[in-house]
Amino acid sequence: MINKVVASCDEAVADVFDGATIAFGGFVGTGYAMNLIEALHRKGTKNITAICTMAAGGLLPLHEAKQIRKMITSFPVFYMPAHMPQVYNPFEQQLLSGEAEVEICPQGTLVMRMWMGGGGYAGFYTPVGVGTKVAEGKEVRVFDGKEYVLERALRADFALIKARKADRWGNLIYRKGAINFNPAFATAADVTIVEAEELVELGELDPSFIHTPGIYVDRVVIAKPKWPEIKLVWPDKAAETEIDSLAHVGKII
Amino acid sequence: MALTRELLAIKVCKEELYDGVTVNLGAGMPALVCNYLPSDIEVLFQAENGLLGYGGSPALDQIDYDVMNAAGLYVTMLPGGSFFPSHVSFHMITGGHVDLGILGALQVSEKGDLANWIVPEKRFGSIGGAMNVAVGVKRLVVMMEHVDNLGRPKVVRQCSYPLTATRCVKTIYSDLAVIDVTAKGLMLREVAPGVSPEEVQAVTEPQLIVSPDVKEMEF
Repeated sequence: MINKVVASCDEAVADVFDGATIAFGGFVGTGYAMNLIEALHRKGTKNITAICTMAAGGLLPLHEAKQIRKMITSFPVFYMPAHMPQVYNPFEQQLLSGEAEVEICPQGTLVMRMWMGGGGYAGFYTPVGVGTKVAEGKEVRVFDGKEYVLERALRADFALIKARKADRWGNLIYRKGAINFNPAFATAADVTIVEAEELVELGELDPSFIHTPGIYVDRVVIAKPKWPEIKLVWPDKAAETEIDSLAHVGKII
Repeated sequence: MALTRELLAIKVCKEELYDGVTVNLGAGMPALVCNYLPSDIEVLFQAENGLLGYGGSPALDQIDYDVMNAAGLYVTMLPGGSFFPSHVSFHMITGGHVDLGILGALQVSEKGDLANWIVPEKRFGSIGGAMNVAVGVKRLVVMMEHVDNLGRPKVVRQCSYPLTATRCVKTIYSDLAVIDVTAKGLMLREVAPGVSPEEVQAVTEPQLIVSPDVKEMEF
């Protein structure tokens, strides 16, 4: 019998080793496997290379504990206009002090590198980044009179994925905008670990509407959904307040 | 006098949006555009995190934490709207399926090069999806203040800031002027009310070609 369901988040991440490359689905405030991220925080895995579209967001607990040493990302820092509240992002300080490093990657290139990595491709030629810093040191080739830069495919040791529903075969569906990077990242890791809100019986998910077929999934854990706290810091020191942008609990349809 | 951000958004709406257009909006000033939609046309907003056909902000008690646009703002979905994964979203953008991109800019060169992701004073910057949007959309326009915080021109001969993409900008909407990037050079098409072409030239680095039909902006 195929059964990918494991009992707890701690058990699901038990073999994540120091120095692992980990892909995290999620964008700003939605689509992060927060319960798995918290388990990784408890476990204390060090020297993580994180593949994620942005610093802060759901990765905040890992930044605060300095567990992430490198990011491959499109948003390592956030600079808001001076009069506006700033995004609390300890990763920026770690970059500036040299404790952490970053490989910057345009967002569409990042997700396509993982999608290609999941499909067994070595890389792809894209017009994105031609003539910019992103193309430095990479092959640029002309096809039909237009320049393209070679981007290498990317894979991770582990992917932490957030789904709405899962069955014991690992078939997944996502919810609304929480889908974001999850389906691509789920394909490109040696071990894909899924946090789902609900476990359903085999056959309950309509086979025509499964987002991620179970072949890509190694483990499923069921957990009550959590959304990341987006902390903002007001520019005026005297009035400095950190707010939990909204009470991120409940609210599920 | 210089346009307010709101008036500039209204101007961009009037000039660029039409029935059936698909639009990707950058963060910051371009995000204002969706507030001034004419009610008689259907416009599809695309967000690179995987939304097509999103609408305005929800009421506070109607917020859905899984419905957020690329600027990180909670939005609503229009009937007919869709969610899809990021790799599909960027396939859409880079493949030229999105008609119009509206981005902010730090600098635009006279050849239409765009710089909008990092200033040299900062060691790190964020590209986000801007490079994909700049290269992929059928038509790219920028919306910006004509000069930076220190009063320096943002329309320049050559960008000194790291580029987002080369030769991608078709039209510049600033608080002082509407300028088209043409094969002959930058063509000044419209000026803000009460602003002369000479005044625009004074805060623009490259030589502008003043259109014979140059006129004051209408809204």
